[in-house]
Amino acid sequence: MKDVKGVAGANGISDTTDGPIGPPKLDLDPAVVRKARLLAARAADPIIELARTHTTVSVERALLRLAGLSGADGEGIPWVNRLTDAVAGQVGLEHGVALPVWDALLAGPHRDLAALAAAATRGEVRFQIPAGGAATAAERAARAAARAGIARIDARRAERDRLLGEVGDPPQPWIYLIVATGDIYEDIPQAQAAAREGADIIAVIRSTGQSLLDYVPEGPTREGYAGTYATQDNFRLMRAALDEVSRELGRYVRLTNYASGLCMPEIATLAGLERLDMMLNDCMYGIIFRDINPRRTFIDQRFSRQIHARAGITINTGEDNYLTTADAVDAAHTVVVSQLLNERFAREAGLADRQLGLGHAFEINPAIPDSFRLELAHAQLVRELFPAAPLKYMPPTKHMTGNIFAGYLLDAFFNLAGVMTGQSIILIGMMTEGIHTPWLSDRDLALENVRYVRDACGRLAEDFVPRPGGLIAERARRVLAESVELLERICDESLLTAIAAGTFGVTRRPPDGGKGLSGVVRRADGYVNPAIDILESEDPHAAHAGGDHGPTGHTEEVPA
Amino acid sequence: MTTDTDTRVATGPAAPAEPAAAGQIIRPYGDTTGDGMVQLSFSLPVPAGKRAEAAALSLAGQMGLDPASVVHAKAIGPDFTFFIVYGRANHLIDYGSIPVPAGREYPLLTAKEVNLAIRTALNRRLVVVGACIGTDAHTVGIDAILNVKGFAGEKGLEYYREIQVVNMGAQVDVDELVARATAENADAVLVSQVVTQRNAHLHNAKQMAAAFHDAHPAGSARRPLLVVGGPRFDTVRPEDLGVDRIFGRGTTPAEVASYLVHALLPGRSPQ
Ligand code: B12
Repeated sequence: MKDVKGVAGANGISDTTDGPIGPPKLDLDPAVVRKARLLAARAADPIIELARTHTTVSVERALLRLAGLSGADGEGIPWVNRLTDAVAGQVGLEHGVALPVWDALLAGPHRDLAALAAAATRGEVRFQIPAGGAATAAERAARAAARAGIARIDARRAERDRLLGEVGDPPQPWIYLIVATGDIYEDIPQAQAAAREGADIIAVIRSTGQSLLDYVPEGPTREGYAGTYATQDNFRLMRAALDEVSRELGRYVRLTNYASGLCMPEIATLAGLERLDMMLNDCMYGIIFRDINPRRTFIDQRFSRQIHARAGITINTGEDNYLTTADAVDAAHTVVVSQLLNERFAREAGLADRQLGLGHAFEINPAIPDSFRLELAHAQLVRELFPAAPLKYMPPTKHMTGNIFAGYLLDAFFNLAGVMTGQSIILIGMMTEGIHTPWLSDRDLALENVRYVRDACGRLAEDFVPRPGGLIAERARRVLAESVELLERICDESLLTAIAAGTFGVTRRPPDGGKGLSGVVRRADGYVNPAIDILESEDPHAAHAGGDHGPTGHTEEVPA
Repeated sequence: MTTDTDTRVATGPAAPAEPAAAGQIIRPYGDTTGDGMVQLSFSLPVPAGKRAEAAALSLAGQMGLDPASVVHAKAIGPDFTFFIVYGRANHLIDYGSIPVPAGREYPLLTAKEVNLAIRTALNRRLVVVGACIGTDAHTVGIDAILNVKGFAGEKGLEYYREIQVVNMGAQVDVDELVARATAENADAVLVSQVVTQRNAHLHNAKQMAAAFHDAHPAGSARRPLLVVGGPRFDTVRPEDLGVDRIFGRGTTPAEVASYLVHALLPGRSPQ
């Protein structure tokens, strides 16, 4: 699997110079672009190696979830946690849970994984790392269980393809809207209303604090702070509600949620099982904005992306957030660097370019002169660097104040920039961003705003050709040059050191700090994880004929 | 409600803060003095139509707008309608009876003055422990006050030579905060709260204050000064939360440093 996905095509920019996003307009130097990708690959290498040689509690639990273990005990602690903790306590996790768990299951008398987990919780199971024939048998049984889970994910992907064909796939840019009431039963009608008003993607924001839970809550949930818990039941309920409204509207409405946090691998697995269509999945967001341990995040991230690749889920990355803690002009290049890293990690994990919803944002202080031109430069640069990626463009948040009228105007300019530069996923800005989570009417007005801009501009992107050598083209070139410089520095000092030094979002995160480090385990020689084996040995897109997530043919090797 | 406004003004309960200003009656200003015009927008959970508009007008009337007109009504899906309403507010404001809000109760000091005051009064550095508590992950506000980089062109408290800053970051447990404040022998604890959904900020601030009061019963070792800040504390007073001071939107580090001198080193602020 390593290095099958590499850097871009021969010109260093793209295979498709004349796709739906139009021809390049900034006259970027292909050699510089190629260099940036090579540097990103080099910076990512040690991290990929780290992820290949370690596991985490959540990677192990994800295997159990794939194998069909769900539910929780009387205290609400999921069985996957109970079972993983029992194994860790007795024989450690360095061999993975697969061998000890299926060895115990084959030894009997436990009916299934749930019964085994319950017995293990009561302290009635002696786990061991089997050897010889017992090991072969355990591994074979574990592999069959993982295979069944992956087959379920494959089936959900096929179901999405079928529905896209049946009800229709809306044209880009897709309009992305958030619901966040805290109560899934309140979220559902709001999401359906938003879809009827034009939303193509519904994001259910998670409750504050969920990203720091080292387990995935169970069941449909009705309380959360500033968001709704991500649970398998909530995923299922929302997807069903959106299927209903998709049929009604004659266009497939996508559903997204957040993988980032301590349970990335498990949430990715549940998303695949419940046919979510997108996932917020960033290689560094949890580190920087939730103080999750860097090693933990990078290891979890890789597995979760392997699952997303297989599930046909488009990831949305989160570097746009850097611009809320750093200045959007000074730190513009940190966004590009992060996008290149996210791209590299994603391709290595098997994601196709059409699954890379790389994030960026319209966050320049509107008080500075030429702010809109600078925004256009940044947005067009990202568009040209990642021509095949369904870019996720984020609206102004930091400079949104209590002046909702000014905010509505700024959001219109954001929408305009999005249309002019051919962005793929437009997250709709709310004029009340500086005040509260969106009201029903805020969302409706925001949709009216974007509809007007979209209809009024039509194919304006075709006519937008920045003057060669003008402010926009020069600014884009400069940001790219700064990105290359920063990548060179990161290659010299290592990505973990750069993160510790506050390179991203001016937030310092040392490699051994943060939450979740105790859940990281170096793999032993005999480590077995049949899910990873299957995901790494098969083309994640093989079973998938055509559709919008096909592989993109980036096969060039990355030199070491 | 719409007829007794004039009498209410005449017999208004609050004695004017500045007698000289008494009797300055004002109303909202649209484009002519005294027109009383205001705008508002809201949604009602009913399908759009004539009846919904009548309901909107009824609400406007009860809010004291007369005459009022629905200038915009739009269906939001099958079950809701959004309205924009303009109307003449019949309420009057006796501006003279509105007390001038208390200004800062302490002088604004320069960093030099703050350092000098601490050095002379304490003969050691003043210790400040800061955090954003609960599940709130917003650090920009507390960092604006604490980090050297500061806010609005002012350097943060870390820049002050005589202030020792421990910034615990975000998502800090109240128990951890109390333990750290005790370990550091903190003079002041600075807590930020940005997420307000379901009144999380009030709940967390109260919980934090209660924990410090529990840890420092009257008569025991000195309790640190409790300071909270965030953009939406405007609905409460410090005593509602059990804290010593609240800071709101746009607070600058110098205001906080000056307050700490004022509250912790009585009589020591240089004039
Ligand atoms: C930046 C930002 C983020 C960043 C935060 C990065 C970081 N490291 O802080 C990121 C992207 C991570 C983020 C995440 C979320 N955010 Co946010 N975010 C914002 C945003 C855009 C700006 C906030 C900000 O930085 N303001 C600038 C600072 C300087 O202002 P301030 O905090 O008010 O601080 C000043 C004063 O209040 C005061 N002050 C503040 N604290 C203290 C403390 C003391 C002791 C003192 C003396 C003074 C003081 O001094 C400061 C300087 O003047 C606002 C929207 C907006 N425009 O306001 C939303 C906003 C605050 N976020 C919001 C939400 C809901 C979230 C999420 C919960 C969403 C979710 N469910 O995932 C998550 C957070 C998850 C969590 N666990 O908390 C909501 C909160 C709604 C509400 N009222 O409850 C807002 C209003 C957006 C919205 N309309 O929905 N967010």
